[in-house]
Amino acid sequence: MTASIDNEALAGRLLERARAHGADQAEVGVQGASGLTAAVRLGEVDTLEYHRDKECSLTVFIDQAKGSATTTDFSEASLEATAEKACALARRTSPDPANGLADPAHLAGNIPDLDLDHPAELGPEEAIERARACEEAARGVDTRITNSEGGEFSWMRATLAYANSHGFSGAYSETQFGVYAAVVASDERGMQRDFWFSSACDLEDLEDPAEVGRRSGERSVRRLGARPIATTKVPVLYEGPVAASLLGHLVSAVRGPSLYRGASFLAGRAGERIFAPGITIREEPLRPKGLGSAPFDGEGVATRNRDLVAEGVLTGYCLDSYSARKLGMESTGNAGGVHNLHLVPGERDPQQLLREMGTGLLVTELIGFGVNNVTGDYSRGAAGFWVENGEIAYPVEEITIAGNLESMFADIAAVGNDLRMRSNVCSPSVLIGQMTVAGQ
Amino acid sequence: MSDHWQVAEELLLRPSDVGMDQIQEALGQMLTRQVDYADLYFEYTRRESFSLEEGRIQGGSYGIDSGVGVRAVSGDKTGFAYSDELVPAALLESARNARAIAVSGSSGSVPVLSRNQAPKPLYDPVDPIASLSDQAKVRLLEIVDAEAREADPRVTEVMANLTGTYKAVLVAGSDGRLVTDIRPLIRINVEVIVAEGDNRQQGMAGGGARAGYDWLDEATVRGYAREAVRQALVNLEADDAPAGTMDVVLGAGWPGILLHEAIGHGLEGDFNRKETSAFSGRIGEKVASEQCTVVDDGTIEDRRGSLTVDDEGEPTQRTVLIENGILKGYMQDSTNARLMGMVPTGNGRRESYAHRPMPRMTNTYMENGSYDPGEIIASVDKGLYATQFSGGQVDITSGKFVFSASEAYLIENGRITKPVKGATLIGNGPDVLTRVGMVGNDKALDSGIGTCGKEGQSVPVGVGQPTVLINGLTVGGTQ
Repeated sequence: MTASIDNEALAGRLLERARAHGADQAEVGVQGASGLTAAVRLGEVDTLEYHRDKECSLTVFIDQAKGSATTTDFSEASLEATAEKACALARRTSPDPANGLADPAHLAGNIPDLDLDHPAELGPEEAIERARACEEAARGVDTRITNSEGGEFSWMRATLAYANSHGFSGAYSETQFGVYAAVVASDERGMQRDFWFSSACDLEDLEDPAEVGRRSGERSVRRLGARPIATTKVPVLYEGPVAASLLGHLVSAVRGPSLYRGASFLAGRAGERIFAPGITIREEPLRPKGLGSAPFDGEGVATRNRDLVAEGVLTGYCLDSYSARKLGMESTGNAGGVHNLHLVPGERDPQQLLREMGTGLLVTELIGFGVNNVTGDYSRGAAGFWVENGEIAYPVEEITIAGNLESMFADIAAVGNDLRMRSNVCSPSVLIGQMTVAGQ
Repeated sequence: MSDHWQVAEELLLRPSDVGMDQIQEALGQMLTRQVDYADLYFEYTRRESFSLEEGRIQGGSYGIDSGVGVRAVSGDKTGFAYSDELVPAALLESARNARAIAVSGSSGSVPVLSRNQAPKPLYDPVDPIASLSDQAKVRLLEIVDAEAREADPRVTEVMANLTGTYKAVLVAGSDGRLVTDIRPLIRINVEVIVAEGDNRQQGMAGGGARAGYDWLDEATVRGYAREAVRQALVNLEADDAPAGTMDVVLGAGWPGILLHEAIGHGLEGDFNRKETSAFSGRIGEKVASEQCTVVDDGTIEDRRGSLTVDDEGEPTQRTVLIENGILKGYMQDSTNARLMGMVPTGNGRRESYAHRPMPRMTNTYMENGSYDPGEIIASVDKGLYATQFSGGQVDITSGKFVFSASEAYLIENGRITKPVKGATLIGNGPDVLTRVGMVGNDKALDSGIGTCGKEGQSVPVGVGQPTVLINGLTVGGTQ
């Protein structure tokens, strides 16, 4: 598309300017995005938001010292000022032998088409209609749904271009569509709110707004009457969307900076069995139409599909070029993060996992930030359901679940078959053998 | 004040060919529909950051962003568009998009814009980035590194970051308002890792203000370095935290994050207009012990959470949320205030021109009570004393909140005994303050480290409180 060509040309001009200001090496990222978000509340239009963003970021290296500058103004005068500023900053920072562009041998040679661009620039009326259908279905689930935060539909299209002074230049466009509802159920015991959403790269693959709404409504109603439970130690079943947060903690612990700072409980553990046998965690940057797909990473390094955890063994880390050099390793194509990371699903559905758990806690929501990356200590606020003999007994809230990530990872007793790829990091349901639940 | 106007025009209007005529035209264009209120928010931001790691100045970054957010409000509907190109054509296109929310029909005309008599500025209109030489900025980080490493041989890594932001805003409203504000913001952050055998722990400290970098003198940054090391060393000695319900004493200052999560968010106007807050419809009710008076105050000089005017051009104020235990009021932006028949309280804030304003906190704190902090600790037989927190979150509708202690101790027989780690506190916003047993006389505000996230928007905030005893709060440890 023309936007990518323009952005690649812009990146090329900025590299030239950086070189003129004395940069030994330079890299440029150019991002542009546009989109529309329509929100409906109680059947009426609440907000219409038009998005249009662009940004250009430059990193330069002079004698192995680094400087960066960004601008949203693409005029030649602004590009010149950006190049000058980045180079001036590089002269203020210290040399570091690990600094520099990615190794030319790792750069993406050809750029695969991952089928990520499905533009459908829906106008406000069409967007509102979908948001309304979602909220209406959510409100229609039960008479105890008395209020709403609203229904929402959004689309966006982004173009990402990257070029560096090794001669790499690449660009691609991607689209994303989303539909969402959050409604409030109430009875004499109080109010409860929950939500559900669907997200896809192609509008065709987005779940039906009414179906998303129905699930959202059901989730709010089933929380009515939630109460704390007494402090205990029991098995805990994480519903898929909250289980994905465990993968997020894994990523934080195997990111380059956590490792070379010695700030991770998984530092130096690659090659060891960290998870229960049978657990495989896959990264799929090359997945067609994936929400986290990318043909190259933030440094132009070729991405590839891999099992970060294979049969319980941590096979490697998530590294960009800088971290890789610090650790004496090679980039894993994770500059800018992971891509379509997911726990490979098992055979059993969530009902079977409830029966396997017997008596314990089903967690459907986690709040707070009680995770220590250095020690693996874990304690978060939770809401969900008390389960007895494989059946949901009653909703619970105002409790925490606590443990240590290292022992939790090793203690995964079962994985469900209910994986939904609706964001960049996803998981099916996960059953953990035992955790401390703190309540009354 | 003329300085402010000159700076705003220089940064926002002069480079862009946008003048008062175009601003008036864009507002007028929105009022050709049935619109109650429309505004334009011009913003220029310049941001710079230096970071240190392994004793080296590892990186420097700089960025400029400017643009205009355009909003049309019709009843409870909002149309919003923005542009990062400050040119008349983009401004008018955004205005056409924003007004699409409203049905046809005219709302009259926009009065001639006139510069509002702004309140006295709460901070100097300095550009932090220009307030100190690059060498001196780098030097501050090197001092932090040296101080932390000297403090204890068990320090294995020191990371420090210094960030300065200079922002100019100009708000033009369809009621004729024209308001400007020049906002400096600085922050320094120190993080250390200590190790003893296999036991590794981290500690964090820092501070910030709406000021130039001269606010950070050498003694202050040395203090942050020592504080980060002290916290990390405490955690080297810490046992796993207990689990269960017990008396909890919260230290003065930053632990005021409890008020922010448990009370503050639930008292923001949008949730209360929509009646989705656990506090909806409860003004006049007793929601706390009589010892508790909680305020949100955007008018404290130099504080990171303070604003001379909010992002809708309203002067900030001191808003009493809870007075002697009785719920008194909400924090409002202009839209929610109008829809609820209340007055704006200067809490309309937004992350940038690319985000819609909404009711947000400024500096939220509890006023002093009468107890000596020592007396409060001594009153507890068995409980937890928490003095530092790493963050918190709340479910507005159910009222359940959680926050995580990064420094905590057991209290046994009225005495602080051993440190514990991994304690998360969880409770219910509308009743947690009813269980406040004692309020101390040692009120303090945090050091200027708070950032609050809501619906994807981050804004700097402040919190504070004296030492407070809560009778019976759930502690989520493992023991």
